[in-house]
Amino acid sequence: MTISGIDLDDHDRAILRALAEDADVSAGELGRRLGMSQPAAWRRVKRLETAGVLAGRRVEVDRAALGFGVTVFLGVKLATRGRVSLEDFERAVVAIPEVQVVQHVLGLFDYRLRVVARDIADFERVLRRRIMTLPGVGNVEANVLLTEERRVGPIG
Amino acid sequence: MAIDDTDRRILRQMLADPDLDRGEIAARAGVTPATLWRRLDRLQSSGTVRQRARIDWRKLGYEVEVSLRFTLDKTDPRAFDEFIGGARGVPEVVGIETFLGRVDVRLNVIARDMGHWQDIYRTKVLVLPHIAEVEALMLISTIKDGEGLPL
Repeated sequence: MTISGIDLDDHDRAILRALAEDADVSAGELGRRLGMSQPAAWRRVKRLETAGVLAGRRVEVDRAALGFGVTVFLGVKLATRGRVSLEDFERAVVAIPEVQVVQHVLGLFDYRLRVVARDIADFERVLRRRIMTLPGVGNVEANVLLTEERRVGPIG
Repeated sequence: MAIDDTDRRILRQMLADPDLDRGEIAARAGVTPATLWRRLDRLQSSGTVRQRARIDWRKLGYEVEVSLRFTLDKTDPRAFDEFIGGARGVPEVVGIETFLGRVDVRLNVIARDMGHWQDIYRTKVLVLPHIAEVEALMLISTIKDGEGLPL
C-alpha cells in the first residue's frame, strides 16, 4: 500500500498496533511476536519515529481513581465572531488546567473542549468561573462523558 | 487502589510531559529510580496508568478528521449496543464515546480526503443502526490535546 510518504507493510502495522496498546513493549518483544530479530524490529520502530508516524506517547490515567469523577465535553460558540479574536480565546482557554482538549471545529460550534472536574459541583465552578468568563464565549452546550473507547484505527 | 502523594507527584510529571524517560520522571518527582519502578509497576498493573504510542494519522495520509454526534432512537433497548457494535466494525473510527446529554454517542472518524470521507459517511456511517439524528463537526485544528489533571 502506498500512502503519502511512507510505505507500511504488515509488520509495520503490527508494530503500530502493539505500541498503540502499550508504548513500553520493547524491540525484543516486538521481534519475538513478529518472528524477527531485535535489531530488525528496532530499525522498523526508528523508521516509523523518523517519519513522524509514531509521534510520542500518550499517558492515560484512571481519572476517577485520582479523584476526577466527571468529564464533560463542551461545544462552544463564540458570541461575536469577527470582532473577538480567536487568538485571545485560544490563549485563555488553553491556560485553564481543567481543560484537557481544545479543538477548533467547523459546524454547529466553533470549539470543542474536554473538561475534567472532581464532581458536578466542581464542574459548575469551572464552567461559571473559567469557561463562561472566556473572551468572546457565547453559547455553550455540555454533554457528560459516560464511556470512552480508543480504537486502533485503519491499521488493523 | 489507594493513591498517595508520591503516586500523585509521579503521575503529575508523566501527565505534564508524556515523553519523559523514567530517569527524568524520577528526578522531577523527587524519588529514587527504584521507588519509581516499584510505584509505576503498581500503578500500571492496577490499571491506574497506561502509556500508549500516539499515531499521527496525517503522516499516514489521513488529512480529514470529523467528530460525528449522534442521537439514537432509544425506543429500542438494543440501540446503544447495536450502534456501537456496528461502529467498532468501521476501521476509520478511531474513538467511540457515550454521553449523558443531548448527544448520545460521538464517533471520531478519519479519512484520507473529502472524497474518501464522503464514501465512508455514505457507505459505512449512515448505514449504522438506530440513528435518529447526526451532526458533523469538521476538525480545523487541535490547539491542545493532553490528559493533564490539576492534581
